[in-house]
Amino acid sequence: MHVQVTVTLRTSILDPQGKAVEHGIHSMGFASVGNVRIGKIVDLDVDTTDDKEALRVAEEIAKKLLANPVMEDFTVTLVRNGEHRK
Amino acid sequence: MRKAKIGVVVFPGSNCDHDSHFVVGEILGQDARFIWHKEGSVGDVDAVILPGGFSYGDYLRCGAIARFSPVMKDVVRFANAGGIVIGICNGFQILTEAGLLPGVLLRNESLRFICRDVFVRVENEQTRFTNACRPGDVLRIPIAHGEGNYFADDETLKGLEDHRQIVFRYSNATGDVTPEANPNGSLRNIAGIVNRSGNVLGMMPHPERAADPVLRRDDGRLVFESMVRSILRTEQVFEIVNQRS
Repeated sequence: MHVQVTVTLRTSILDPQGKAVEHGIHSMGFASVGNVRIGKIVDLDVDTTDDKEALRVAEEIAKKLLANPVMEDFTVTLVRNGEHRK
Repeated sequence: MRKAKIGVVVFPGSNCDHDSHFVVGEILGQDARFIWHKEGSVGDVDAVILPGGFSYGDYLRCGAIARFSPVMKDVVRFANAGGIVIGICNGFQILTEAGLLPGVLLRNESLRFICRDVFVRVENEQTRFTNACRPGDVLRIPIAHGEGNYFADDETLKGLEDHRQIVFRYSNATGDVTPEANPNGSLRNIAGIVNRSGNVLGMMPHPERAADPVLRRDDGRLVFESMVRSILRTEQVFEIVNQRS
């Protein structure tokens, strides 16, 4: 099973990288854009045919390694034929 | 005379391991040894140093992967049993990732990697890492990091303040803790903290890079001297160490 983990900075955490990109976007002329935040996508293949098991494994990995709960949130999504399902 | 046995953990990507080893072994004349990260145990040591560097290329998050190195299980055991552990720079990041210290080190507010001398004020001179300092001492020690911006939630910060766990704060040369003296955006100018039981310290500045009198700046030596004093606990050593300095 293919699982995608998305890791984002918690909203309470300042994202200086996102701020810098936002400045760039404003310099491009898109004044309407705000709240730019940068995160990470981690793709995993889990060797199982059980959806629940794949999500459980990915979630445990995300909790312990891929995201740091002090500063980050994460979501875990099953991907089948390019289609995302939570 | 007994010597303090201090182990320096070497991760792939550590680059301050030899400096730390040199300070312990050559400058302070103690028993310094390296501990490869694949070892299952820290061995028979009195203290462990997690040195600076870029363990695992800082991939994912600084310290996030090193935290799962085989030796870390034993470092956690050692720390929980009261063993003295100091994490410097990347070592501090590893200690927060491993849950031995609260909070996290975010990207510097400026987004820049900063490599220069800073001043830190000693906020608590009664720890195992600062007992050779006098109250309010201001130390000049270099920093070299891109992610040293200390963050923790309000409750954690309050706990740190209430239990005098903030050991070093960025200050100016005269010891004033000001926003201008804060190089990276750390909350409350935090440069170093200790755990509740006082045996685990993390700091972003590099005391090992300012510990050799030959370099003319050796304020950082006080951190290592303090550790040796608290390990050996004898008046005799106090005198010998004092004579050296």
